[in-house]
Amino acid sequence: MTLSALLTQAAAVVTAAALAPLLVGWVNQCRAWLQNRTAPPLLLPYRTLRKLLHKDAVLAESASPLFRAVPYVVFGCMLVAAGIIPSLGTDLPAGRAADAIALVGLFATARMFMALGAMDVGTAFGSLGARREMLIGFLAEPALLMVLFNVALISGSTAMPVIVDRLVAQGFAVNPSLAFAALAFVMVLLAENARLPIDNPATHLELTMIHEAMVLEYSARHLALIEWAAALKLFNYACLGFAFFLPLGLASEDTGPTALLLGATWLAAKLLLAGAGLALFETLSAKLRVFRAPEFLAMAFMLAVLGLLTRLLFSGGVA
Amino acid sequence: MQLVELLASLLLLLSFAMLAQRRIASLVNLFALQGAVLAASTVAVAASAGLHHLYYSAALTLALKVLLLPYFLRRLIARLDLQWDTETLARIPMQMLAGLGLVIFAFGLAQPISRFGHEITRETLGIAIAMVLLSLLMMIGRRKAVSQVVGFLALENGMVFAATTATQGMPMVVEFGIALDVLVGAVILGVFFFQIREQFDSLELRHLETLKED
Repeated sequence: MTLSALLTQAAAVVTAAALAPLLVGWVNQCRAWLQNRTAPPLLLPYRTLRKLLHKDAVLAESASPLFRAVPYVVFGCMLVAAGIIPSLGTDLPAGRAADAIALVGLFATARMFMALGAMDVGTAFGSLGARREMLIGFLAEPALLMVLFNVALISGSTAMPVIVDRLVAQGFAVNPSLAFAALAFVMVLLAENARLPIDNPATHLELTMIHEAMVLEYSARHLALIEWAAALKLFNYACLGFAFFLPLGLASEDTGPTALLLGATWLAAKLLLAGAGLALFETLSAKLRVFRAPEFLAMAFMLAVLGLLTRLLFSGGVA
Repeated sequence: MQLVELLASLLLLLSFAMLAQRRIASLVNLFALQGAVLAASTVAVAASAGLHHLYYSAALTLALKVLLLPYFLRRLIARLDLQWDTETLARIPMQMLAGLGLVIFAFGLAQPISRFGHEITRETLGIAIAMVLLSLLMMIGRRKAVSQVVGFLALENGMVFAATTATQGMPMVVEFGIALDVLVGAVILGVFFFQIREQFDSLELRHLETLKED
């Protein structure tokens, strides 16, 4: 393990943790602009985090130790995931230790602890949110896996740095199976991050909440960690999408800090565009009924499998 | 070569989109789009294989399936007052999974056949077969007469695509004959719609399932 690899690794984790709330702030600001509202300040998520961290935590009487552990576990999972995903450069030691399937496992662990924590206190909204989250999760997960299999099949490896390196080496070409996978990935991103067609992130109507219903019981530093983890999740998904479908400007192996800086600039530009795109999409679309969510995610799954099938067809390898 | 593959994938995607579309007016738009992509793919095959008669075939597809038939269907929908009509499709996820099964079946089926095909279009035969099967699935799942007709027309799209990819186009006479058949068929079915609605006050085909009135 070289020094530059360690540097890339540390930079990836620190950038993710530091920039994730900014991404959320940017999306909120764009949404406000598009909806003709006065935009909240860009740095509002940071201030919310600071405010929450300074408050005293209140716990329900029926809360078990599990409830208190959940925010730390979820935040930890997202931080580790940020270390695996090649966001700035592909020279990631952790990325060679844990592959794409382990990443899905990390997301699943975080989701499971969130659901357990929501059910722990025993309020109606908590368990309602947890059940809905598990419904969405169990439909979105196979779709995400299929997307990952798509890129893994193209590059012949499930280790993410290797996948990205090979995709970059392949050069830019409109590959039908990659296009299908990208569409499916965007749908999974929207569903998994509680964005609009599935869940409204700005809702205050308890009956339609999914993610928000699960976090009602948390306060102070616990809530801060949960919110930060949610922001990190969005950031991670965005970086995952960039790494597979838009691998521009990523620092490759054995490059110094200048390449990392260049990678960071590219990442900032891509996040700026993607955040604005997400806000635009959310402004234009309406929330689906919960019972339509399986349809939406079945579509994502189907797209990903179609990508896989066309890949097999065009490479002449159907069994 | 790559363009043909991309357009073929797009055709397959549009078939699935039609399978999942509830609104009848949007279904006609999707059908027109499928026709446009089909014409583009025919042009792409013609350009890469240097076959001139395929250009005429593409022009025929463009005129018939992008302009004439969608125009006819839209006017029909307007006159039957169906603009906002939707199908009550129950199990879209199930239909999607069934469609995926059909695609796998079609790809497996095309594998041994396509070995004898031409160099450029070898792999796309599987997609053509999948399009035909998906249109059949769509016709099975629909209850409204108009969407069944769109399914029938989409099936014909699949056949044309199979013809261009597997054998580099049919003879011009056959192609004109089929085009005329489809046009006349659509017109006759359009007349049928009015008759059906006159008889049953609805365009749902389940009214036609019993032969005699009770």
